[in-house]
Formats: sequence, C-alpha cells, structure tokens
Amino acid sequence: MFGELSHLALQQYWWIIVSLLGALLVFLMFVQGGQTLIYTIGKTSMERTMLVNTLGRKWEFTFTTLVTFGGAFFASFPLFYSTSFGGAYWVWMLILFAFVIQAIAYEFRSRPNNVFGPRTYETFLLINGLLGTILIGTAVATFFTGSAFTVNEMNQSQWELSSHGLEAALNLHNLSLGLAVFFLARVLGLLYFMNSINHDDIFTRAKKHLIYNGIPFLVFFLTFIIWLFVRDGFAVNPNTQEVYLEPYKYFKNMVEMPIVLILFLLGVVGVLLGLGASILRSDCTKGIWAAGGGTVLTVFSLLLIAGFNNTSFYPSSYDLQSSLTIQNASSSHFTLTAMSYVSLLVPFVFAYIWYVWKAINNKPIDEDEMKSEDLHVY
Amino acid sequence: MLENIDLSLVNWSRAQFALTAMFHWLFVPLTLGLSFIIAFMETIYVKTGDPEWKRITKFWMKLFGINFAIGVATGIILEFEFGTNWSNYSWFVGDIFGAPLAIEGIMAFFMESTFIAVMFFGWGKVSKKFHLTATWLTAAGANLSALWILVANAWMQNPVGMKFNPETARNEMENFWDVFLSPTAVTKFLHTTTSGYVLASLFVVGISSWFLIKKRHILFAKRSIVIAAIFGLVSSVMLVATGDGSARDVAKTQPMKFAAMESLYEGQTQAPLIAIGLFGKQHDDPMNRDSDQEFLVKIEIPNMLSYLAFLEVDAFVPGIKDLVLGNEQHNIMSYKEKIKRGYEAQQTLKAFKESKGFDEAEYERLKAKFDDKEWVENYFKYFGYGNYYDPNPEQLELNAFKIVPPISLSFYAFHIMVILGGHFMLLFMVLLWLVYAKKLESNKLVLYTALWTIPLAYIASQAGWIVAEVGRQPWVIQDLMPTMTAVSKIDTSSVMITFWLFTITFVALAIAEVKIMVKQIKNGPKEGGHN
Repeated sequence: MFGELSHLALQQYWWIIVSLLGALLVFLMFVQGGQTLIYTIGKTSMERTMLVNTLGRKWEFTFTTLVTFGGAFFASFPLFYSTSFGGAYWVWMLILFAFVIQAIAYEFRSRPNNVFGPRTYETFLLINGLLGTILIGTAVATFFTGSAFTVNEMNQSQWELSSHGLEAALNLHNLSLGLAVFFLARVLGLLYFMNSINHDDIFTRAKKHLIYNGIPFLVFFLTFIIWLFVRDGFAVNPNTQEVYLEPYKYFKNMVEMPIVLILFLLGVVGVLLGLGASILRSDCTKGIWAAGGGTVLTVFSLLLIAGFNNTSFYPSSYDLQSSLTIQNASSSHFTLTAMSYVSLLVPFVFAYIWYVWKAINNKPIDEDEMKSEDLHVY
Repeated sequence: MLENIDLSLVNWSRAQFALTAMFHWLFVPLTLGLSFIIAFMETIYVKTGDPEWKRITKFWMKLFGINFAIGVATGIILEFEFGTNWSNYSWFVGDIFGAPLAIEGIMAFFMESTFIAVMFFGWGKVSKKFHLTATWLTAAGANLSALWILVANAWMQNPVGMKFNPETARNEMENFWDVFLSPTAVTKFLHTTTSGYVLASLFVVGISSWFLIKKRHILFAKRSIVIAAIFGLVSSVMLVATGDGSARDVAKTQPMKFAAMESLYEGQTQAPLIAIGLFGKQHDDPMNRDSDQEFLVKIEIPNMLSYLAFLEVDAFVPGIKDLVLGNEQHNIMSYKEKIKRGYEAQQTLKAFKESKGFDEAEYERLKAKFDDKEWVENYFKYFGYGNYYDPNPEQLELNAFKIVPPISLSFYAFHIMVILGGHFMLLFMVLLWLVYAKKLESNKLVLYTALWTIPLAYIASQAGWIVAEVGRQPWVIQDLMPTMTAVSKIDTSSVMITFWLFTITFVALAIAEVKIMVKQIKNGPKEGGHN
C-alpha cells in the first residue's frame, strides 16, 4: 500500500503526521498552562490538591506526545533532528530540564519524607509550565524565521552562533509565538479546570481568569500571525531545489492551499468559540473541547504552511542553501514506508486514549474523591 | 588525523550520556519486572476476591508509581541527547535508529501512559476486569518500550539490514525484519528484560524479608516472596540461557569485546574461562604489541571459553593482539589492514562528493562502488576504522591499539555480573525451599541475605550495561562510526555545564526517591501513603 507511493508523497504524509502530533502537543499543553495557575486559582490546600490531581491524571499524555513528536521527527526527518538538537543545544536543554522536573513533581509532591517539601515540587510545575510553553513556542517559530546553521555535503550540520539556540528565544517574532502559546496553554488549563473539577469557587475564579489570559493570548497570537503573513518566507524552487526568500510566502501558502486556510479559520473560530462561550455563558463547562479542537486545527494548519507548497520547514538564515525541506531532510523511502504501516495504529491509540479518558473523567473531581483511601492521590 | 579531534568534547559527551543512561537504568529494570509482579498479584486478587491480595497489589503499585515517575523523567533525556550531543550520529543512523524510536512512541509509550492512569486512578471507577486488563497492558507497554530501544541498541552493536547511500552520506534501512529480528536484537531484548524481572523479584523478596525480620505483615510478606521468588527463579533460568546466547553472539559479531571481557591478550584453542580473577600488574598503557596482563588470583574452567563462544572445546578464541595485529593461521584480518581499507572507503566517499557536478563519469564510477557488494564487504565494511589512519606504519599500529576497549572495566563488569547472577538464582531456590519447608521466618541469615541482595541486583544490572557499552568502545556503530565522529560540534564547556547540571539534578532526585521509597516501605501496606 504505502510502498507504491512516491518518496514525496510519503514525505508529505509524514509531515502531516508530525504536524498533527505537534498540534496535539500544543492542545495538551493545557497541563502546563494549568500548572502556572495552581496558586492563582487554588486558594486553599484542598483546592490546590484538586487542581494538581486533575492535571496529574493527564500530564503523561502531554509528556508522551512530546516524546513521540520528537521520536517521529527523528525517524521521518532525521536531518532536522541532528541539525536543530545538535545546534540549538541550549534551548533544547532548557526544554528538557523543564520536562525532567515535571515528571517527578506530581508523584513526589504529596509523599511523606519527600525531602524538598511540596512547595519545591509545585515550583517545578510552575517552571515547567512557564519554560515548556514559551520555549517550545519560540522553537516552533524558527520554522518560519530561520536559524543560523550550515549543513555540509556529508549532511553534517554546524550552528554558527555561540548562543546555541538561545538567540531564538530573544527574537521578537519568535517570542510573540512563545507568549501566545503560553497564554493559550493557560486559557486551555482554565477551561480544563472548569470541565473536570466540581467546585464552585474554582469554577468562578477560572472563569474570571479566562479574560485576563484570553486577551493577551489574542494580542500575541494576532501579532505573530500578522507578522507571519507580511514577512518574506523561505521558498524552494521545485526544479532546482534552490531556496530563496519570497515576499508574503506564508500568506500565499494559505491562499494557495484553500483546505489549509479553511482548517486555519475553523481552528481560530473554535478557539474563540470555546473561550467566548465559557466567559459569556454562566454554566458552560465544555469550552475545552471547542478551544482544544480549535487549537489542534490552527497549529496543524500553521505547520502545514511551514512545510508544504515548496517551502523550507527549517530554514537557515545564515546560508539559505543549507535550509531543510521535507525532501532533503527526510528518511529513505523504505523507512518512511515501514513507519507508515506502523502509523496505521494511530487511530487505535486515539480510540483507547479516548475510552480511558472518558472512563477516568466520567465524574468530575470533587473534595470527597481527594479524601478517598482507595485512589492514588497526588 | 587523530590529533585533529577534540577528545575532551568527545569524553565529556560520553560522560554525560553514560551518566544519564546509568541513572535511567536504575529505575527501568524495576519498572519492567514489578509491572508483571503487580499483574500476577492483581490477577490472584480478581480470581480469589481475597482483599489481602488487593492490599498486597496496592502496596507494590505505590512503589511502582514512585519508581516509574523518575524512570520517565530520565528516559526523555536520552532521547534528546541523541540529537543534542550526537548529532552526526543522528544523521548517520537516523534512517534506522529513528524508526524504532518512533514506533516505541506510538506503540508502547502511549499504551503505558494511558493504562497506568487506569491502574492508579481507576480503582472503583472501572470494573475489576478492566482494571486488571489495564495493569497487564501497562506491563506490556513497559516491556514493549524496552523492545524498541533495545532493537536500536542491538543494531548499533551489530549493524544489519541496511545499505550506505553515498548521496545522503548515511545508512539506510533495506530490510526491517533483519533489523528487528537480528540474533543480537533478540538476545539483547530477552537478556535485558529478564534481568529486569530478576532485579524486581529481588527487590520484592528483599523488602518482604525485611518485614519478616521485623515480624510485621507476615502474610503479606510471605505471599509477596512466593510470587516474586517463583518469577525470579524462572526469569533467572531465562537470564542464564539468554546470557549464554548473548555471549556467543558477541564472540561472533564483536570478538574484541569478547576478548576484553576475558582479558584475553593472546588467542588460543581450548581456551579456559576465568571464573574468578583479580588483576595484578598491567602492561598496557598505552597498549602495544608487548602489552600483557598479570593476575594475582585466577581460577579457570578448562576449555570453557572456547565452548561458550563456539560450542566446541577445540575452537580458537582470538585474543586482543590477534585482532589488532592479525592472525594469518586463523584467517583474522588485522586492525591495521582494516584501518587502511576503511580509509580507502572514506577517501572514495570524499572523492565521490568532490566529483559531483564536475566530473560526471568519475561520479558515476565512484557511486557504482557503493553498489558493488564485494567492495562494500571488503572496504566499506571497515569505514569507521579509517578515522585511525596514519601514513606512518608505526603510528598506524599505535592507532590500531587505540581501537581496544578498556580491558579491566570490561573484565570486572562481566565477571561481577555473572557471579552475582549465580548468587541470585541460588537465593531464589533457597527462599522457595524454605517457604515449602515452612522455615522461612526463622532463618534470619537468609532473610538478611535477601535484604542485602537488593543493592547487589542493581550492581549486577549496571555491570551488564557496562559490559555491553564499554566493551564496544570506541564504536558508537560497530566498525562504522567511532564516538569521535558521532559527536555534535558544540563547545566542550557547554557539555561540561550540562553534565554538572544533570549530576546535581540526579543526586537530588535520587535522594528524594530513596527517602520517599524508604518511608513508604516503613509505612507498610496497611497505612496510607499520603500526608
């Protein structure tokens, strides 16, 4: 089945899968966003315990999606993996540290004799929520703004700036996406609290903070998008594979791929709908689904315009011809084919995740459940 | 050529990876084995309905959760480090190595992380049977995770199923099943996972023995010991069998590692196996053709090494010098010759790249070489050796001796692993016999031995990986890529900083983990685990 597809078709298929994983990751970062709000929304110890526990039952999905996103990128576009990870060393290391301290924080937080005290582990969650979202946002923004690297004829890469990736976090356009992702994660976190916790005070506070976080999200998101649509993009000549700068490239990509444009618009509407309904309606608890679905569609369409329509998805601002495209950075036809068969399992994975999510979240968390002897409580 | 390499960068990068991998491996084997032990216990609970079994299950599950979190935290570091610290490697092998990693994410990690949520938060929310299924699926997911990363590691030890593409300058997969089902992959998976089962069994019997020593939770402790000792004994038998297979595979595919494991400088027929050995004076710094190893103590089993390696007592087992200097009588090509051939392969690739766009005929001629099976088998096969080339024959020989792994570390790690493996099997048998004879509680010596065997299990487990990884140095991909060419081009100081950051983080995490674990154990199965 997949073996008969052209190499380009397989490369496009895998760009779609990687984009989808990236989009799901941004949605699932509601865990990170929620982590930055534990003390804002939780005023008592019990309230904080409920917040931590409702996030704690989902953090592994986000973490696993990040790992799978990385693994899928490594497997399908290894030249991106070697170039970006080996070059933007510091930004990836910071992201890594932010996730390492998260992974133990939930389990260790409420354990007796945990040495550093619950506050330390809550601080770990805060750092993860802050750095994880902003830095992943800025790292993804480099797909559009470029980085300073070269790739030689042996496909060995070298970063040309000694700041090794930190410069990406200081680029204002990158930062606008980083902050948009940060506030979006907080919005999604608040919507998730409203959906999964049965507690009046938490609900009211979360609703109030939706406005405080929704507005900056919209400001930074619009800044990023408008800037993106008016800037020069890294286009690829399909005949010569030569990379050159083209005015309004990303805007043109949207227009030239109307399906992607529709997905993008649907996504934006979904986020606004989830946000608006949750603010305006008094008892809306389902905003997470519209906003979450909208997030997935928006990020998915943005990643598609980064890699499709003869565009370099990981451009080099230092040496244009070192830029990576889905064609020159991909795995072989054979490997992409083999992995494509494995990708057929993805719907089953979604199905059981959905089933388990429903089974666990069937009843929102309440104070009684936190006092239960029978359940694992963080 | 070698003098152009920044060895401090290579060594710090290696140190960082070794630190992370070894720290990660403190937690993984317990996860692999304990997940099954919990599944056995919960199965008995569901079958019998006896609430004591639920209590037993939940106690071990709590320890599993604490251990699991830190295993996850350290696992992601390895994934990142392939790219951050070994970027040239990531490209050179990404077409093969990346695939198992992606499959691992899709197939195993999601299974593990989804069903572990049911395991911990599903009590009372889902049916007993669904909960039990989730526990089994968590165990399956954990072990599937191990499968794919071990397939990738096995490929690095014994690269098969691929073809080098000069256009892209990397190895590309040609046969998925050759990679997945190579004997190295199969034995590595079985040996590594069963070692995890043995470690987890020792963890359970050790802690349960402590309860018996303290005369607390007697029924809980005895039941736990029975389950874990049976699982441990069965796993130990598999461990020995797969270890035997693994040794034979190493003898065939990595003869230098095999020689280092036994500190065998001069090859011989009817080679004896050193059962116990203690090094005396070493004459190998820097190693040369006169190097040798004296032993203070050495107990040998005659002919055993030949038999272990080739199932024939008369078989010739090549020594370190046979491999470096060659042995015509036994048809062993010298490292010196391999270096020359590897250098020629590297020069061919370089010329191929240089001819692109300038000399089409030369370009096609050189490209054809990489399709010529004979040339690939006789020259490209030794590609990585080319990095040790020097036109001066004397320097070339000295360089050849640099392709020898650290002998004493390989030797001691191997012997510690094997000796401890024997001890573990014996301990399981004794424990089961004492349970059968109803004498377990009164035998303090055995109970204390079981308790103090817990750290030994970790030592043996780490030793196993030291044999596997140190024993194959300097190769990151056997014969194709040495560590020095695999490394990312970053400042040594950056790696030094992250190395120390990791060290501090790991020490802090380890202290917290051990303290929490000990407290939970002291609280015992009855008391709750939370403040």
